[in-house]
Amino acid sequence: MGKTLAEKVWDEHVVRSAAGEPDLLYIDLHLLHEVTSPQAFDGLRLAGRTVRRPDLTLATEDHNVPTVDWDKPIADPVSRTQVETLRRNAEEFGIRLHPLGDIEQGIVHVVGPQLGLTQPGMTIVCGDSHTSTHGAFGAIAFGIGTSEVEHVLATQTLPQAKPKTMAVTVNGSLPDGVTAKDLVLTLIAHTGTGGGQGYIVEYRGQAIEELSMEGRMTVCNMSIEWGAKAGLIAPDQKTFDYIEGRPEAPQGADWDAAVAHWKTLVTDEDARFDEEIVLDAGTMTPFVTWGTNPGQGVPLGAAVPDPAGFEHESDRVGAEKALQYMGLEAGTPMREVRVDTVFVGSCTNGRIEDLRTAAAIIKGRHVDKDTRLLVVPGSVRVRLQAEQEGLDVIFKEAGAEWRGAGCSMCLGMNPDQLAPGERSASTSNRNFEGRQGKGGRTHLVSVPVAAATAVRGTLSSPADLD
Amino acid sequence: MEKFTTHTGVGVPLRRSNVDTDQIIPAVYLKRVTRTGFEDGLFAAWRNDPSFVLNNEAYAAGSVLVAGPDFGTGSSREHAVWALQNYGFKAVISPRFADIFRGNAGKAGLLAAQVDEKVVQRLWDHLEAHPGATVTLDLESRTVRAGEGPDTIEDSFDIDDYTRWRLLEGLDDIGITLGREDAIATYEAARPSFKPATL
Repeated sequence: MGKTLAEKVWDEHVVRSAAGEPDLLYIDLHLLHEVTSPQAFDGLRLAGRTVRRPDLTLATEDHNVPTVDWDKPIADPVSRTQVETLRRNAEEFGIRLHPLGDIEQGIVHVVGPQLGLTQPGMTIVCGDSHTSTHGAFGAIAFGIGTSEVEHVLATQTLPQAKPKTMAVTVNGSLPDGVTAKDLVLTLIAHTGTGGGQGYIVEYRGQAIEELSMEGRMTVCNMSIEWGAKAGLIAPDQKTFDYIEGRPEAPQGADWDAAVAHWKTLVTDEDARFDEEIVLDAGTMTPFVTWGTNPGQGVPLGAAVPDPAGFEHESDRVGAEKALQYMGLEAGTPMREVRVDTVFVGSCTNGRIEDLRTAAAIIKGRHVDKDTRLLVVPGSVRVRLQAEQEGLDVIFKEAGAEWRGAGCSMCLGMNPDQLAPGERSASTSNRNFEGRQGKGGRTHLVSVPVAAATAVRGTLSSPADLD
Repeated sequence: MEKFTTHTGVGVPLRRSNVDTDQIIPAVYLKRVTRTGFEDGLFAAWRNDPSFVLNNEAYAAGSVLVAGPDFGTGSSREHAVWALQNYGFKAVISPRFADIFRGNAGKAGLLAAQVDEKVVQRLWDHLEAHPGATVTLDLESRTVRAGEGPDTIEDSFDIDDYTRWRLLEGLDDIGITLGREDAIATYEAARPSFKPATL
């Protein structure tokens, strides 16, 4: 029997396999940031251990960094300590770091692909659950905890039980104005937050093949939001074209050897998945969340659901609590929900394509007078590219705030937070209670919906602007 | 890591499903660079509510958390495990754990015991009827027990063999892997030259 893509990549990385034990997996790339690494370095020091492969390790600063005044010392002393700790650790252990102010600084999951470090067939880990983003290139990429970060630093390997495999096949083409984000939000509403648990998921089918690399990253990014261990997409010409010529892409004979190998990274015809979900892209529409987990979503054209309509008691109770927290009434059309802040950014939707999409909708229009629009590029490179294209001017002329690169309001570890009761439409990945600030209320949306919402002040799609 | 064999402690009924990591510890509490001191951030938003279970004296010294399905979804922050441990929890019982949370718990020595949803329901009812009642977890026999006489709740819990063994022995994962040096070096020698490097 043939193998799935995930099985091929997995098997190529098994250092040791023994009955009754997890496989020992080799890690090709270990990404670090300031929040989940300090205790790991402390652990190394306590045990007198070193970093085995600093040359397969890369660090950047993203979670805590301010998006204004980034050329000044970080104002919050606790955030500053965490960032300075990363700098000291990188120095002590000889790890390449792209700090605040460096041209390659940015959200770790934007930086990896941008440098060309993220390549097909790799194993990539990071102390961040959205590491699944890198799966868009046909890599097995997943988030790990700090003890595992320490383990990878010390050994460049991880003991891992082999997950089951699942195919998510999305047939047909996405209608105009419907994006990768809508696709993945639709999927999560279908599966619930635990539906992917224990699986490495391969996204496939016409709609996935038609996505840009940026769109594929958006889909893989949110794999964790339905519980999957990792999500990946078979590499194709689009993938190779994206990587070719980037700073860390293979060169010359290495490039040819790499591409020859990458072309073998597809699921064999006779391979079998443990589970399969089939969706039709043609029926998808702009999708938004109403609740406090990413599975609580509906089409933008629908209304806030009535908790009484949920079959299972736990869903019903969950929906009641969510509506109470979100300050929403069942039956209210989603389009009538007023939004205070729109956030465009994050490792889900903070790449150049996302900013171009938002700018095209905003251009010649103005942000609603009672709404604020925050545009946060995923990396310094994205910011500079956008500025070269004049996107920053479009945003600023429309009344938006144009910021520096970082995780920003996705999780509000820096000053970019919602106030209690404030409501956002956010292109990020989590609408958990308090995620964007204590008492903040988050609606997850696509970039086009975010941009249109900023203009109208209520949840909207670009079609509502005409 | 300390060995874990059995533990008996006050059970805390947390009648919630989808307890995500932002609820266990919000991001603003993640800025410490140590493994200790995270107890202040544990369930920080919910603890503002006087009716929250940990604000009830009877449960305040709890060490066994009993929660609904999909506990620990979301972020990879091991701080969620540390916050529970720093507070005093030794074990969490749930019908389903998020993968990363379960992995982190196993590494840090917090027992994540997966049980049938019906067992959670019975434990909730029992712990609410008898505030301050204890729950016992026996890792050797993989059993959970609470109550006495005819009301005794006794059932098995799931945990993978490897994690169970490591917890019982109190083993350091890194030490085990460093013992595989030969296998790692052999693997590294055969890695293709086109693989990227950062230095």
